Amino acid sequence: MPFALLLPALLGLAFLLLPLVALLVRAPWHSLPEQLTSPEVWQALRLSLVCATAATALSLVIGVPLAWLLARTDFPGRGLVRALVTLPLVLPPVVGGVALLLALGRNGVVGQWLDSWFGITLPFTTTGVILAETFVAMPFLVISVEGTLRAADPRYEEAATTLGASRFTAFRRVTLPLIAPGIAAGAVLAWARALGEFGATITFAGNFPGRTQTMPLAVYLALQSDPEAAIALSLVLLAVSIAVLAGLRDRWMTAS
Amino acid sequence: MTRSARRPRRTLQVAGVAALLALSACSASDDQSPASASASDSSGSSPSKLSGTVTVFAAASLKESFTTLGTEFEKAHPGTKVTFNFGGSDTLAASITGGAPADVFAAASAKTMAIVTDKKDNATTPVTFVRNQLAIATLPGNPDKIALLKDLTKSGLKVVLCDKTVPCGAAAQKALDASGLKLTPVSYEQDVKSALTKVELKEADAAVVYKTDVRAAGDRVEGVDFPESADAVNDYPIALLKDAPNAEAAKAFIALVRSAEGQQVLSEAGFLKP
Amino acid sequence: MSNTEDVMDETEDVMDETEDVMDETEDVMDETEDVMDEGLDARLVVDRGPFRLDVSLTAAPSDVVALLGPNGAGKTTALRALAGLVPLTDGHLRLDGRELDRTPPESRPVGVVFQDYLLFPHLTALDNVAFGPRCHGATKAEARAQAAGWLERMGLADHAGAKPRRLSGGQAQRVALARALATHPRLLLLDEPLAALDARTRLEVRAQLRRHLADFEAVAVLVTHDPLDAMVLADRLIVVEHGEVVQEGTPSDIARHPRTDYIAQLVGLNLYRGHADGHTVRLDAGPALTTTELLSGPAFVAFPPSAVTLHRERPTGASARNLWRCEVAGLETHGDQIRADLTGELPLAADLTTVAAAELDLRPGAPVWATVKAAQTHAYPA
Repeated sequence: MPFALLLPALLGLAFLLLPLVALLVRAPWHSLPEQLTSPEVWQALRLSLVCATAATALSLVIGVPLAWLLARTDFPGRGLVRALVTLPLVLPPVVGGVALLLALGRNGVVGQWLDSWFGITLPFTTTGVILAETFVAMPFLVISVEGTLRAADPRYEEAATTLGASRFTAFRRVTLPLIAPGIAAGAVLAWARALGEFGATITFAGNFPGRTQTMPLAVYLALQSDPEAAIALSLVLLAVSIAVLAGLRDRWMTAS
Repeated sequence: MTRSARRPRRTLQVAGVAALLALSACSASDDQSPASASASDSSGSSPSKLSGTVTVFAAASLKESFTTLGTEFEKAHPGTKVTFNFGGSDTLAASITGGAPADVFAAASAKTMAIVTDKKDNATTPVTFVRNQLAIATLPGNPDKIALLKDLTKSGLKVVLCDKTVPCGAAAQKALDASGLKLTPVSYEQDVKSALTKVELKEADAAVVYKTDVRAAGDRVEGVDFPESADAVNDYPIALLKDAPNAEAAKAFIALVRSAEGQQVLSEAGFLKP
Repeated sequence: MSNTEDVMDETEDVMDETEDVMDETEDVMDETEDVMDEGLDARLVVDRGPFRLDVSLTAAPSDVVALLGPNGAGKTTALRALAGLVPLTDGHLRLDGRELDRTPPESRPVGVVFQDYLLFPHLTALDNVAFGPRCHGATKAEARAQAAGWLERMGLADHAGAKPRRLSGGQAQRVALARALATHPRLLLLDEPLAALDARTRLEVRAQLRRHLADFEAVAVLVTHDPLDAMVLADRLIVVEHGEVVQEGTPSDIARHPRTDYIAQLVGLNLYRGHADGHTVRLDAGPALTTTELLSGPAFVAFPPSAVTLHRERPTGASARNLWRCEVAGLETHGDQIRADLTGELPLAADLTTVAAAELDLRPGAPVWATVKAAQTHAYPA
């Protein structure tokens, strides 16, 4: 193994792992059982998992077709649209949250109509958390799926159409199974991003235990008053994330 | 480097005191700007003078008044620069105990200051320089006719409070408890500015914030003073920090804050005298 | 062309058969005259920047037409246009009397066997074949039953549950054919159906494919650059070069009367163009050739490399009127034969045995005399 590669690789690994190790070293192990039995922690954890999963599902439903549009069709301004799709990646999440408020808030560009026509308000609701997380996480899915679609042979879709499949059927029955590993990878990325989402969530959906207080919010607020509790909460979030990601990787990513 | 500005020499300390005197002298004057100019002249004539950067960690609610004071300070002491880190007092306290390089800490509650003093990260005993009173921020024109704290418990009203871990939330809870009210907000916001923003954006109908925040928001919100706020007045303590990179200038800044001139700026922003 | 001889040999057989087929086809044509609206009638015009395809193509039901041409001639584009995967710039496309120019591919009664088959890798052989019937409204069970029938017919019943990557090239080809046929297309398109196979499999699959195509009751169009595939599988060849049809006819006709250098090379003939006057054809290239046919006007003359005799010295006796002084440009082994490429008065290819080549001491640059008997040349109007 070339030393020139091995050294930076190990440095990279150490750099990523060091903060985690520090978290473990400084963890208040004695108060951990207390944290773990607190109903607020479970409430926040459950909300986090539910919202991240819902956000991933929503990203799949609208993100995969968007990726298809970007990868398989040609329309003027496609490059610009692709850049816009990736915008939430560079946008500070808090700004994303403010933008969501301005768009979907009670007084927002679209939100005021949702409110006056359907009586739907999104801020301060669990739905709001899901939307905020989707906004931030979906670009990961779109980019991943678009890349896989570009690498996939479009002639399979052609073959399907010559067999009588509409473009949608061809997509559903041929393309989708072919790009399943890419979709799974993108979904895992999006899920992970949604789980750790903080800025857009607290800005758009606020912070209310059991309704909009996800783990990252709980960690942040715990840090204000009780840093030890914050570390304990972080450990819980970390352990759950690792368990889920490792489990998914084995189940999905290798099945192609 | 702020570290290079750290010169704990007696001569400088003397110079700092001289500057202080000059400042308090000028603050007696009604016309501030020329007085400041003369103050800078006097300190300029002094053999040793303040220089370097003063880093001030201050509660978010101090943003407007401290920014004004910072400009005053820089004018009075050419060659100095005041940089601020405004935020939730708890976050700031956590950064300070975590080793963030800062000269001055101005907190929005004694409790958050205690985080710093418990770790013995302060160099001077904290002194209360202002007090802040709660107020209700409502939508412009107060469409929901809120007059009392009790009005916030009306059903259908979207109220945001600060989270109990931050001073404005603790104060609000104190006021609510004192009045025997039970209020379920739509959100416990991470700091007072976030709470106010929700009302400014009309996402919430009302927020319990500081009077100073209501004033700073101008006509984007309407302030409602409520009698129960007297039960929960926040003391704002200020202290020089132990590892202050520029202790001399920092002391001068604290003196400015506590001076009559400083108090005037703060009271204009809605703060109460200590 | 290493297998030109094979081509020629097989072509002979094919010619005989195809002539029968042609006769039959003519009968069919007669019958369909009054029905009119049967089979394929297309003029495919596709503009693609500097490249322009303009090919006319008609075929009756049960016809097998081969589009033969070099790479880049536009054959595959023509096929894709027929399938609806490439829009027509101009022209028309009628199948069984129905206008298909604007019909999307999924609504065309067209089946396609793609060059690399494009079997869906995530589906079993059975589900690949069932895909078409499913899209045409059959229930899952019906579609699978039909698919099982097709696989049975292809001798693949044992491989129904196999994923494409577990199939051999020949098996995959048959699954692809079954998949295309399962929708009961009125036009079957095959893009280089044998190109992906190795030489051994090819022989076997070609024979099978020929049988299946013979059974197929609608129009089949196949695209190939291999003359042997074209001649064995098709009743009629359409030779396409540079996006245009350069020659059209039965395999035997084309093998005997090539009209372009490309076809001549494919079928292994020396081909010249000239002006005929009686038994003499004055070639555009210079010298004259004596032939047995009596012609006048523009004409082609063709003769196989095996008809050429080489001499180290100018042959005495005036019997060989077709006598040219040449020079060896290159030598190539062709099985047990040597193919000599000659330049000089008349550029030509000559075949001779290894022994003869050794006796003549042939090597590049060596001067030789080439003769061809008039009886072995073949002249026809251009």
